[in-house]
Amino acid sequence: MSRQSNRTTDNKKMSSELFTLTYGALVTQLCKDYENDEEVNKQLDKMGYNIGVRLIEDFLARSTIGRCQDFRETADIIAKVAFKMYLGITPSVTNWSPAGDEFSLILENNPLADFVELPDNHNTLIYSNLLSGVLRGALEMVQMAVDVKFVQDTLRGDNVTEIRMKFIKRIEENLPAGEE
Amino acid sequence: MVIFSVYVVNKAGGLIYQYDNYVPRTEVEKTFSYPLDLVLKHHDEKVIVSFGQRDGIKVGHAVLSINGVDVVGKSTAEGKDILEYLKDPVNYPVSIRFGRARLSSNEKLMLASMFHSLFAIGSQLSPEVGSSGIEMLETDVFKLHCFQTLTGIKFIVLADPRQAGIDALLKKIYEIYSDFALKNPFYSLEMPIRCELFDQNLKGALEVAEKAGNFGAGS
Repeated sequence: MSRQSNRTTDNKKMSSELFTLTYGALVTQLCKDYENDEEVNKQLDKMGYNIGVRLIEDFLARSTIGRCQDFRETADIIAKVAFKMYLGITPSVTNWSPAGDEFSLILENNPLADFVELPDNHNTLIYSNLLSGVLRGALEMVQMAVDVKFVQDTLRGDNVTEIRMKFIKRIEENLPAGEE
Repeated sequence: MVIFSVYVVNKAGGLIYQYDNYVPRTEVEKTFSYPLDLVLKHHDEKVIVSFGQRDGIKVGHAVLSINGVDVVGKSTAEGKDILEYLKDPVNYPVSIRFGRARLSSNEKLMLASMFHSLFAIGSQLSPEVGSSGIEMLETDVFKLHCFQTLTGIKFIVLADPRQAGIDALLKKIYEIYSDFALKNPFYSLEMPIRCELFDQNLKGALEVAEKAGNFGAGS
């Protein structure tokens, strides 16, 4: 008798409309509260960080992925497994730096910003900055310090959304035993 | 097949969750008349039997309750010192329950931190590079299984040595943790888990594992 390891939540389908509207309401409320695009970007990053530190455990519990051996493998897992699992899209991994410590994720379409148009007075707002925080928080929990930036954004007139990720260092404090 | 307990230890080695699923079977309650023929003494904030083993009451057993009321450490529930109480003939006949002392929560905290350190020794002693820490600890009465996530959280399950399917159970507990503890926005990371839904789902998972364990190696 084999036990199904699917949890009931896997089979519940929810329309993405509520998700898009919720995220939109979140960003506009932040804009009203802080009135400063830079500040809103920072807050979105902070919120994303708090999501990321929790999301990583869910990701590890649901997928059977083990520790990645290098940054290239990390990039592949993020693009092909994580983005697929949580946003239903598969960005491509390109623009590797010569040292192999920086790469870009190119998103053709961004589910967070499906119906969004940025007005002129918000042209420094990074609408999807939550994602930067999520990636940063999640990787920090598996002992990788990374810097995540949006370098292109379809909402600001570019053709694609490009997220640049740079590996800073391995976090040596509080390493789980056996990971040296 | 029984699963005895579940412990969850955070990255720093602190115990954040503990659940006991067993009922100790070795408890004896007897009525005594003055003078008490057992020799009792203080040990570690408890009163234990040091001499006079008889009728199922063994050396090392602690006084658990007097006249049906649970004791608090070295004193009765009313605050009187137990040894003084039992020296006074006026208090007899008295009914005392003896049994193996249950671990207090402080003791469990200390043991969990100790296990956290020992876990690291497992990987340090290894002849090969990149070994994991202690995954299993076996005694004649129970087997301790430990699963450490990539983020440093340890899930520890103490079960009957013949119980199968513990690896699947550990993964399931990880899923339950990532659902009911982490998705609760009011739960702070690394803090003790006080989430009702986590408790309920964990108990459910233990019941499923106990039943499934009889059918050989689980999935």
